[in-house]
Amino acid sequence: MGIFDVYLLEALINGVLLGGVLALLSLGLNLVFGVIDVVWICYAELIMLGMYAMYFLSRVYHAPMVLAAAICIVTVGVLGVLLHVVVIAPLLGAAPINQLLATGGVLFFLQSAATILFGIEFKNLGVRLPVLKVAGMFISYARLLAFGAALIGMVLVYLFLRRTYTGTAIRAIAQDRQIMTLMGVDSRRIYVITSALGGGLAGLAACLLVLQYDVHPFVGLTFGPITFLICVLGGLGNFGGGFVAAFVFAEIISVGGLYLDLEWGYVFAFAFFIAMMFVRPQGLLARRS
Amino acid sequence: MLELTRVRAGYGSFQALFDVSLEVRRGEAVGVIGPNGAGKTTLMRVISGLIRPTAGSIVMERVDLLATPPHRIVEIGIAHVPESRRLFPRMTVEDNLKMGGFLPAARPKARRRFDFVYELFPLLRERRRQLAGSMSGGEQQMCAIGRALMSEPKLLLLDEPSAGLAPVVVDLVFALVQRIRAGGVTVLIVEQNVQQVLRIVDRAYVLKAGSIRAAGAAAELRDSAIIREAYLGV
Ligand SMILES: Nc1ncnc2c1ncn2[C@@H]1O[C@H](COP(=O)(O)OP(=O)(O)O)[C@@H](O)[C@H]1O
Ligand SMILES: [Mg+2]
Repeated sequence: MGIFDVYLLEALINGVLLGGVLALLSLGLNLVFGVIDVVWICYAELIMLGMYAMYFLSRVYHAPMVLAAAICIVTVGVLGVLLHVVVIAPLLGAAPINQLLATGGVLFFLQSAATILFGIEFKNLGVRLPVLKVAGMFISYARLLAFGAALIGMVLVYLFLRRTYTGTAIRAIAQDRQIMTLMGVDSRRIYVITSALGGGLAGLAACLLVLQYDVHPFVGLTFGPITFLICVLGGLGNFGGGFVAAFVFAEIISVGGLYLDLEWGYVFAFAFFIAMMFVRPQGLLARRS
Repeated sequence: MLELTRVRAGYGSFQALFDVSLEVRRGEAVGVIGPNGAGKTTLMRVISGLIRPTAGSIVMERVDLLATPPHRIVEIGIAHVPESRRLFPRMTVEDNLKMGGFLPAARPKARRRFDFVYELFPLLRERRRQLAGSMSGGEQQMCAIGRALMSEPKLLLLDEPSAGLAPVVVDLVFALVQRIRAGGVTVLIVEQNVQQVLRIVDRAYVLKAGSIRAAGAAAELRDSAIIREAYLGV
């Protein structure tokens, strides 16, 4: 294998690993949009709080990693419920623009609150996970771990949505919200459970991202826009579409970044997004209506 | 079993039902007929709690339905097959039926209810892994009725089950409604297919412009002038 092919293969593999994490990120946002019909503009700020939770639990309180991760997931899940009960639920009947503005307001509120509480310094867990060297390629262990955990998280959510009554109701409500009461479903309860799930997924994403990135009050800006674009590219509320779009995006970033700079990978990805909005505005796997 | 007294309901400032009183006794099959826009669907919606009346009372076996949260009305034994079926189109037949048995009280009996529904509609068993939205109109109607039966209702509300179906399929649907009723389920059915529905119900009400214009035994109504008047609008 030529040196160039090795780089390309490494980039492809890194793209897959990144795709897993992006798919996890977009699943939480997509779930909330599909079920409750609101966009959590502040979704990535929940992830930021989760990363701080990981930092404090593990760096300051020296909690074991697995325990810290469990607490982080539950905490952000509770934050998701709070966001729903305090901000979203009272605005459910309001115009969509009001809901966008409200969750947008929460975004700035959380950024400012984090700046005051935690300061603007970059913080990290201070753990250096090894880098694996396989067949001349360098694969980061943190990325492998994140990919594996993201897959497990998504499989668990999938099984929950397929197998349980509550999960089936969550899928059903995304297709016809008015008739749910006829089946004895209390939509408000389903919304709260979905918000907990969306928050929990943000919490899991936080645990995985904090292994690779420093946390600071504005770290949400790194993940927020790309998560949102993936959901739009996959078709907002379309879980399968979001999953595919995450890998498409990740490969563009990873392989595109190989030829120029990593930053160029993002430029290509966003350019691809804009082009797709002309070609398939309903999303990659748009369903015929 | 079910008693509506002077029920008024509407949408915003628009009133669709004017002092509607109606009774369904246990074991009966009762029809509500009337032209388009008469308020038939609105009537079904107030019974199952999809919309709240602005006045009047609705009582089912001594339970005040207006004091019951909408999502708990199915627990009392009322299942509503809505107009134009309203299946979950991108879910399988099996998942649609599963949603019909969502009630915690129905879940332990899910296996038996699935068998019951599949026996009534053998076609649904064959199609159980198929997406509901990909089936024909008649198959979808059976799935919608099957979904309602999953909760083991005492009273089944059917809103125009024959709408948009081919004549042979209409006959089939009416035959199945008779079988369900013979199995001990009380039926309240709304139809535009007047002559046919009057052959399978005991009594019927004629609804026009939001109020009951006539009521009586099906056989009497079948060739009465009131029906012709209600439909021709003279
Ligand atoms: N969602 C709605 N919003 C406003 N008006 C409605 C709505 N649904 C029905 N209506 C009106 O209420 C009246 C009764 O409608 P409906 O109960 O659907 O009649 P039917 O089922 O007998 O055709 C009609 O005039 C209809 O235009
Ligand atoms: Mg109607």
